[in-house]
Amino acid sequence: MSVNDAREPMLRQPRPGSLNRARLSDFVISAVILILCATCILPFFHIASKSVSSNTAVLAKSVYLLPKQINFDAYASIFRDGQLTHSMLYSILVTFLFTVIGMTVTICAAYPLSRSVLAGRRVFTTIILFTLYFSAGLIPEYLLYSRLGIINSMWVLVLPLAFSPYNMLIMRTYLETTIPESLYEAAYLDGASHYQMLARVTLPLSKPIMATLSLFYAVGRWNAYADARYFITRKALQPIQYLLSNMVLNSGSDAISLSEGAAVTSTPEVLQAATVMFATLPILLIYPFIQKHFVKGVMVGAVKG
Amino acid sequence: MSNRIKPSSGVSVSGTRWTRLGNKLRRDWQLYLLLLLPIAFVFIFKYAAYPGLRIAFMNYRPARGFAGSEWVGLGIFEKIFRDADFLRALKNSLMFNFLDLLIGFPVPILLALLLNELRFRRFKRLSQTILYLPHFLSWVIIASVSYQVFKPDTGLLNVVMKNAGMIDKGIPFLTEKNHWAATYLLMAVWQNMGWGSIIYLAAMTGISPELYEAATVDGAGRMRRIWHVTLPGIRATMVTLLILNLGRVMGSNFERLSAFGNVNVREYQYQLAIYIYEKGLAGGNFSNATAVGLFQSLVGFLLVLSADRFAKSMGESGLI
Repeated sequence: MSVNDAREPMLRQPRPGSLNRARLSDFVISAVILILCATCILPFFHIASKSVSSNTAVLAKSVYLLPKQINFDAYASIFRDGQLTHSMLYSILVTFLFTVIGMTVTICAAYPLSRSVLAGRRVFTTIILFTLYFSAGLIPEYLLYSRLGIINSMWVLVLPLAFSPYNMLIMRTYLETTIPESLYEAAYLDGASHYQMLARVTLPLSKPIMATLSLFYAVGRWNAYADARYFITRKALQPIQYLLSNMVLNSGSDAISLSEGAAVTSTPEVLQAATVMFATLPILLIYPFIQKHFVKGVMVGAVKG
Repeated sequence: MSNRIKPSSGVSVSGTRWTRLGNKLRRDWQLYLLLLLPIAFVFIFKYAAYPGLRIAFMNYRPARGFAGSEWVGLGIFEKIFRDADFLRALKNSLMFNFLDLLIGFPVPILLALLLNELRFRRFKRLSQTILYLPHFLSWVIIASVSYQVFKPDTGLLNVVMKNAGMIDKGIPFLTEKNHWAATYLLMAVWQNMGWGSIIYLAAMTGISPELYEAATVDGAGRMRRIWHVTLPGIRATMVTLLILNLGRVMGSNFERLSAFGNVNVREYQYQLAIYIYEKGLAGGNFSNATAVGLFQSLVGFLLVLSADRFAKSMGESGLI
């Protein structure tokens, strides 16, 4: 999505006298942007190359941006070891449930609160937003979750964070600014109930923001692992990011967190590179499809109108 | 409340007020039914945790529970403010959050200005897509990337610089505390610059093209157009975001700190989130950790409130 297209034709015609200077500054700006883009991409090329290179090439530090002596041993040991693939599937399940529940609750909050006919919306909004600005903190939350019986279960990763007041705020602002009241009035005159308005008017018109917020929920859940560290001790219930964090933290001591017994033939360096790629892949796969929606969604939702 | 009837006008009016509310409830009950779900969520998972804050005023022993632990008033707070560990964590948190703000705040603005000046639409769109990507990666992925790039003897950057003869020995980007501080701060800047620029680019679309044309006719070059047209056009957004960020200087991100942590840099890495985790969940000192958490939440909340007031008094739209 390109911003400011409206005034580009004007910029294409610099004054004759400043032609050379304009070209030079264009060149400098493009070069800076190129370098910044390179810092976002090259490290991943490097890690991807390491993950498919031979141990000897990696140990000899001869792998830069292209792989050497290509082999897939590291990925093979990841798949041989049950733990990482199990965590991957488990993380996908947790992320899916989290996103579905989060979006449902967010729509249930954002739609009524975006309707100006609703009496008491300031009170409800304040009740919801207060939790965003004042958190009880780690220990009271731990005590609450253990009373709710969700410590050491999958649900502690799914339920407590599933409803994000921040995302609700973005969606509410989006609905308020993009759906004109006259549409609701027309639907009302046709005898539509609030549920029918939600299903026939609001949801069809809010696809960009729903794609955006689903991405936010999914990525947020996929990436988080502090709560797994706090509230879960059973290894089978740990998400992939948590395993990766153990691996990274232990990388100084050469410990490998693949379970013992799996025949590991790769060096920690190669194995870690493969695990990083493994855990990043889902995001890299969905990102290009959703990114064209989210810029629009974020812009409309985040800029207060 | 959106009900605009004066409450002081006697019984009959307050009667209509209730009737009207009744009518609205009857008409909009479906909306209230929908709201029940999010309200239940915040009460079950957020508000229900607040009573647990009372252990900040107790000498809480997990084995004895709430009933068996004694009240100590503000005793815990007096204790933590004499606790050297807490004071170090607080000092580090404030220092690093302030530096985050100082370095992290201007970079997205500069990037947005650069992107806004790009002429080739394809290139601009592609580079935006690439620059947003780091925002979607977890701290542990970012830390892994840092390890692969910055390790003293095997990191890409050190290997390249050594081979080029620029340095003899690897630079300890991650293991010496001052180098670590710079790496830790810059990685966050790198992660957030693209994403942070979106909101400024959005504000720039709101600037009228006529202003640019007028400036060009008056003979303004690129720099002067940026200075006199673009920057004033995004001033409101800058102020709002600055104030929003000021409200965050008490925050502390456990994932970021733990992913980058190692024994050599503990002096700086020891910040509030680490304190709360180590003393509280790992160390079993629930009262101290809760008191620190409460202090953190309270100060953060006051900062956000006063920042909001300040924004409104300056004629900005405010945040809450």
